[in-house]
Parts: sequence; C-alpha cells; structure tokens
Amino acid sequence: MATGGFAESGADLELVGIRKEFPGFTAIESLDLTIPAGSFFALLGPSGCGKTTTLRLVAGLEEVTSGRILIGGKDVTATKPYQRPVDTVFQSYALFPHMSILENVAFGLRRRKIADATGKAHEALRLVELDHLAGRKPAQLSGGQQQRVALARAIVNRPALLLLDEPLGALDLKLRRQMQLELKSVQSEVGLTFLHVTHDQEEAMTMADTVAVMNRGRIEQLGAPAVLYELPRTVFVANFLGQSNLFTGNVVGSTSTSITVDVGGTPIVVPTARSHRHSGTVTVGVRPEKLQLAFDAPTATSALNILGPGRVVDVSFSGVSTQYLIAVPGIGTIVLFAQNMVVGPVATEGAEVWVSWQVEHGFGLEDTAEEESRFPADTDTAALATQSEALLAELGEG
Amino acid sequence: MAFSAFATTTQAVQAPKRTSRVALLLLLPGILYLALFFLVPLVALVITSLQAPAEFGDIGQFQNAFRWENYATVIGQYGAQILRSFFYAVLATVFALLFSYPLAYFIGVKARKWPLLQNLMLVMVIAPFFISFLLRTLAWKQLLSDESFVVTGLKALSLLAPDAHITGTPVAVVFGLTYNFIPFMTLPLYAALERLDTRYLEAGSDLYSTPFTTFRTVTVPLSMPGIVSGVLLTFIPAAGDYVNASREFLGGTGTTMIGNVIESNFLVSLNYPAAASLSIILMAVILVLVTAYVRRSGTEDLL
Amino acid sequence: MSARFGLGRWLLPTYTALALVFLLIPIAYTFVFSFNDSIKSNISWRGFTLDNWTNVCNAQDVCEAFGNSILIGVVATVIATTLGTMIAIALVRFRFRFRSGISLLLFLPMATPEVVLGAGLAAEFLGAGVQKGIGTIIIAHTMFCISFVVVTVKARVSSLDPALEEAGRDLYGSGPQVFWRITFPLLLPGIVAAALLSFALSFDDFIITNFNSGAATTFPKFIYIAAARGIPAEANVIASAVFLIAIALVVISQVSAAARRRRLAATT
Repeated sequence: MATGGFAESGADLELVGIRKEFPGFTAIESLDLTIPAGSFFALLGPSGCGKTTTLRLVAGLEEVTSGRILIGGKDVTATKPYQRPVDTVFQSYALFPHMSILENVAFGLRRRKIADATGKAHEALRLVELDHLAGRKPAQLSGGQQQRVALARAIVNRPALLLLDEPLGALDLKLRRQMQLELKSVQSEVGLTFLHVTHDQEEAMTMADTVAVMNRGRIEQLGAPAVLYELPRTVFVANFLGQSNLFTGNVVGSTSTSITVDVGGTPIVVPTARSHRHSGTVTVGVRPEKLQLAFDAPTATSALNILGPGRVVDVSFSGVSTQYLIAVPGIGTIVLFAQNMVVGPVATEGAEVWVSWQVEHGFGLEDTAEEESRFPADTDTAALATQSEALLAELGEG
Repeated sequence: MAFSAFATTTQAVQAPKRTSRVALLLLLPGILYLALFFLVPLVALVITSLQAPAEFGDIGQFQNAFRWENYATVIGQYGAQILRSFFYAVLATVFALLFSYPLAYFIGVKARKWPLLQNLMLVMVIAPFFISFLLRTLAWKQLLSDESFVVTGLKALSLLAPDAHITGTPVAVVFGLTYNFIPFMTLPLYAALERLDTRYLEAGSDLYSTPFTTFRTVTVPLSMPGIVSGVLLTFIPAAGDYVNASREFLGGTGTTMIGNVIESNFLVSLNYPAAASLSIILMAVILVLVTAYVRRSGTEDLL
Repeated sequence: MSARFGLGRWLLPTYTALALVFLLIPIAYTFVFSFNDSIKSNISWRGFTLDNWTNVCNAQDVCEAFGNSILIGVVATVIATTLGTMIAIALVRFRFRFRSGISLLLFLPMATPEVVLGAGLAAEFLGAGVQKGIGTIIIAHTMFCISFVVVTVKARVSSLDPALEEAGRDLYGSGPQVFWRITFPLLLPGIVAAALLSFALSFDDFIITNFNSGAATTFPKFIYIAAARGIPAEANVIASAVFLIAIALVVISQVSAAARRRRLAATT
C-alpha cells in the first residue's frame, strides 16, 4: 500500500536520465530534472512534446524505458501508481461518475485506511468551497466545480507531489483565469509540491515559480517565468513563449559589452551578456512590445537599433494594444505592439515608418532560426495516438 | 443487436418534438398488432387459467369459470418443478456471469488496441447464434454422452464414479442452460465494458487502490448496466426454457422444469387451464424478481 | 497500465482463448458430423462423405421444414421491420401521451419468457377457433420481433442529427421528400440490422413455434421431433450452411465497414 501517511510538506522530485520509448517513436529522449520541495513547477510545451508522458511517468501510469524517478530522495521507479505518494488532477478530472462528490474525495483516504476519511473529505471540500454540494454526483456539477472537486480529491491525500495535467484546459477563459488564482492560493496554503503540465504559456507564467519549456522530448529552457520571457535561449522558446522578431546574420563586430550583427545590410547591436553566441551566424531577437514606431527616422545613437524605412502592411486593433505588421526591405516583416495611449491606431496601412528599440532589450539565441520552421513538424498526432488510445476515448456519459 | 434491448441508450440530440396525426399513424399499426397478439393472449391465458372442465366434455374441452383452485392445484402438483426452474436459472445466470465477465473484459478493454482482433472475438462470441439452438444442444448431448471421451476421460481420472452419467442429470441441464445463454450475458457486458473509460481506472490507481480494489470499487459499479442487462437476458429465457431439460436433450426424469410442464400440459395432455395457470405464475414471479432486482441494482432508469 | 507479473499478463488472454474455443465446440461438432457417412441416426462417426452436402434433399422433410422456416422468416421480418421502424421513428421524433405505457408495451414482450408468449397465443387461437399452421407461426414471430426492431432502429434514429432533416426542409424539401431522401437513407443501416436480427430470431425460434405450429413444421421443430429417433446428417448440413452464410455476411459487412473507414481516413 501507499507509503506513509500524510506528507507534512511537499517532497522534491528528481528525474535522472529518463527515457521513454513507445512502439514506433521516442516520447522522451533524455530528461534530467529536479523540482525542489514546495515549489510550483510548470512543464510547458506544445502537444506531443512529451510533457504529459513525463507526468504519467511520475504518476506511475507509464513505465520508463530507462532512468530513475526519485521522490523525496526515495527511488520509486519500480513502484506501482497506488504505491506512490503522488496524486493527479486529471485533464478529464476522471471523477468517478457513480460516486457522490464526498465519496470521490474520500476515496483515496479510505483506500489508505486513514481515520476520519469523511471529516477530512469535508474539510478538503470546504477548502475549494464546495462542501454544500458534497451529496451531488459529478454529472450535476459545472466544469469549474468538477475541476475543484478533482483538486480536492487529490490534495486531501496530502501527497508529497501533486500532478496537474492541463487541469484548466476544459474551462472557458474567464473561469480559467479565476481558477489559476485559486490553484495558486491553494498551493501556498497547503505547501505541497505542484507539477503542472500545460500548453498555455500565459497560464504557466502566471502560476509557476519555475517553468520548463519542453519540445520534442527535451527541456529547451528552464527558469523563472520573467527570465524565460526576457532572455529566451532558443528559437523555439522565443516563439513559443510569447512572440518574437528574430533576425539572423553574421557577427561583424564586437566590443567588450556588445556584438554587432549584420542583418541584410543593417547592423543590429545586442549586449554580449544577453547573447548565447558571439561569433559566426547568430539569430538575434526582440519582443514586439519593446519596439517603438516612428514616422521620421529617429536620431541614431549607440543605445538604439533602428530599422527602416518600412511600410505598414497590416493593423489589427485589439483593445489594450494594436498590432502592426511592418515590411522592411531586406529585413522581412516585423511585428510591433503599441499600447493604445490615444484613440485608435496611430499609423494606417501603407504608412512609411521606422522601427527602433533599446539595445539592452535585444537577445541573442543559441540556435539559428533556419534550423526551425515556423510550425515545428512535431510528432504530435502520432505521439498522442500511440501514447494511449484509451486516454483519448471520450468520457462515457456515465 | 438485441442485447442493447436492456442497455441504457444515450439520448443524442433530440429533435424538436411535434405532436401530430403523423405520430398516431406511425404508432397505430404496430401498437394494435402488439395489443392483439401480445396483450390479448395474456388475457386469454388468465381466462384459460380459470376455466373448468366442460360438463360431459372430452379431454381438452373446457368452459369459462372462476376456478381459482386451478392455481392451488398446479402449485401443489408442480411446486418442485417451479422451484427447480428458478434454481437452475439462478445457477445458469451466475455461471454465465462468471464465465462472461473476464471474457467481455478482455474483448472490451484489453483488446481495444487491436480492433480487428476485437471484432474477430466478438464474431466468435455470437457465432453460436448462427447455428440452430437445438442442434448445438444436441451436440453437447453427444459430447457428454456415456461413450464420449469427456465422460470416459473423467472416469479414467476417477473424477467421476464408474457408473455415473452426465447427460440426464441436473449438472447437464444447468451446463446446457449456461452454455446456450452465455452470448446473452457476454454481449451486454461487452457493451458496458467497451465504453468503460480507463482513465477512471488510472484515477483509482493514482488514489492508492490496488488493481483488485479498483476492480471492485470502480470497474464493477461502472459496468453495472451491462451486468443487469446480461442477468435479465440470461435469467428470463433460462427460467422458461424447456429444451435443455427435456429428456431428448440434456435432461432426465428428475430435471423437469416449469417450461416442460407447461408444454406437456398444453400440447400433450391438453390440460389448458393447468398450462395457463403455470404460465401466469411463471410470468408473475419473473416480473416480481426482475422489478426487485432492477430496483436493488439502482438502474431503474434503464428500462 | 502498470507493470504486471508474468502470470497475470498471460492469464486473461489465455482464459479468453480457451473460453472462445469452448463456445465454438458444438459448432465444430455439428459441422464435422455433417460429413458423417451415417445411416439413420447421426451419432457415431462412420466415415467421411460428401453425400449429405450434395444430396441435402434426400431427407425430404428436412428440406421442406427448411423452406418453411425461410418463408416464415422472410414474411415475419418484412412485417415486423415495417411496423417496428414506424414505431421507432414516432418514439424519437414525436411527443405524445401514453408514452411510458407504449414503452412498457414494447418492453414486456422481451421480458416475457417465450413459453408464456407461445402458450398465450396458443390459448388465444384456441379460444378464437383459429386453425394453427404457417399463418399462425408468422403472426407469432412478427409479434416477438417487433420489440427488437424498435430497439435497434430507435438507437439509430436517436443518433441522427435532427439538423440534417432541418437542413433538408430549409433547402425546400417537402415532408415526404425529406423523409425518403434524407431520413430513410440515414436510417437504412439500422433498419437492415433490425431486419437481419428479426430473421435470425425467427429462423431459430422453436419454443413459441412449437405452441402455434399445428401440423406445420419448421427447421427447429423438425430437429426437436427427430431428436427422439435420431437427426439425419442433412440437418447438420443445413445448419452448417446457414452458419457459414451468416458468418460470411458478418465478415463481409465488417470488412467493408473497415474499408469505408480507411477510405474516409484517407480522404480527410
């Protein structure tokens, strides 16, 4: 049976050289990861990147091909899911349709023969503010309520590690934002280690202390959300986490503090400290909201990169900001976000404009854009289909 | 197939319903047909069951009356056969359930990865339907006869007394009933298990349930509609069957079931009131048992 | 899902294989003995022959009984499928009173033991002075097939998106046009399944037939009577042939359905 009773606090999770092969493809090539106790950790990536497989390996629902899984320093690689001090909030919630809400929440406690299962279940339901619905069946609850029950059913067991498998994916945007805040507050309240899997970059950044961006079975970059956003390391991260304008060219000059890259005849300066490569062909980039739009050529200074003149080819107004697409000859199309400080867009289609940004906002990547296509030809469909057809089966109407 | 008869049907998108004369025209012929050839016969059975022998009449001639003692008479005369029928039917149902559940589980859950194999196995389960019910029962009669290698083999292994038989005994009759109604049990179980969402099993496993506990607390309750349908589809025909228990098939003198008594009273000794009152008793007991069972298993909405 | 020990991994598949073999034993027996060079009763193995297959109608009453069964099956199927389909459409698409009463009336024949259905009809025919024969068998078979048709077709009607019919009406189809050009073709697979089921139920029915057949025989009734003195091998031939045809039909429908799915998958 399960190890121990209630975990007093979260335990750290350690993945050592994890490899997972399915018939026909490799879901995870080689994964090393340490999640410190008590942290809120997000695994972010597109579908098929191996993030859900990682979570299922930790839960014990899949067996590793090679490598070791340690929870709180204890090797659990060979143990069964019901022996691991891990609980999961499933993407589909997987609330037992034939049991009441209370029975669902008390289920794990009963299996572990923990005293006062009913009382503890009520307590967990109070935490998610659903105790008044304890007698209902899952089908009588809304999606958001079901999600909270699934959370209560998992945390009531005080697992050393709580796994969240895209738990908010089925909710509408407004509810999702609200649930993100609730999840976060529950986490700080109970102090457990949360491992959250999602493809929603905004969700990962809002909730997690640490985000690992996964792609094709590998972790591309790991760090605090702001660091990942401000200083992406790879083209994939730069494009997956928000949007980026990327330019590739050769390094034509360097000082102790910066490098200069020649992009289609225009020099672009990037701080040395913010670039992963300093010679040869380099891809540099800047976030769209860091760009300034100007109708006259800005005065050139060493602190400013200037592109232009170019032409506005598209303007889309989205309330808070306006997105401009600007075609600059020799450079390509640039995306620029401008806050709507005045009424309506400032530039119209066809206008001649210059684009500039502070040198300190640029970044240089480890790989070059040519290596990656805009839509990575991932193994999504094949991966998902093979992973477990049963998983994808629709929930029975119960 | 027929086996969805008792299964829960998912009500898909409903059309905006209209009340109209068209509905009446669509319903009327079929409903009238059932009234005439299902309801009226039941009434005819009740009337016949209360008839008294015609004065100065031949064998098989009766006149309408209210002879309630007909019921007391048949219960007194055939009480043993009535009890035996339900006992055999219960045994056959239990054996069919035990036989079918693992089979249906493998086909419906484990074999999902191989749809072709799944279909092949399903065809094998329903294959017995495609060969005459009577012939397959006779085949078992031959296979279990005293000269068959099954019986000689069992005797050689001393698992069966040297002078023992299988055919003609209650064992053979219950065996035959079980065999013949296994597909009626397996198919609804399959239908329920095939829709079983294995994510619930993962959730159970994640919540500290051993495979056995998960089976007991999640799999079985979720497949309950299939179990209920299978039990009804096996129990009802088994209780009323008279082929397996017949002496020409697997039964003997001591295995007579209520169906055999109804048949011989109706078709051989032409004692219609006795046959009719036995039929009413059989029907009433089955309706009471079925209602109680369905209530108890909490699947009333499935009817 | 999780790791399993060697024994556990193989226990269920092995059991399944054995169980399926068990289910097929009597079929194999019947099939094998259709080639038996039997004289009168087909009980012990006397050598292989094809004579039973080439001269099925040597045992004349077998062929006659078989012919009756086919006739009864076809007529009962046509009537039951028509009446049952009409009820199924009405049940799903219309609102009316006495709905639960009608559902109960449809459910009860399936929950009534066959011996009661058979004895009841026989009592009715007796009371009304109707001569029993092929006609009464057809009446009886139609009666118990209707409910099964309703259940089968109803499932199909419920899964039909009403928007398709609405689209038909929106595109200027009149009531009958929408029914015959949209509803009916979409229901056809369900109706065909119901018809096949009806035929199979009718063809194999013995218990109800026995009460309402009078002097007429059907294939199962022939076997029941012959069981006392020995079944001719020709009966095994007919049963085996019917079995092979039924299996062939199932396999063909499965294969064509699989091929359709593949084509569909290839085009999308």
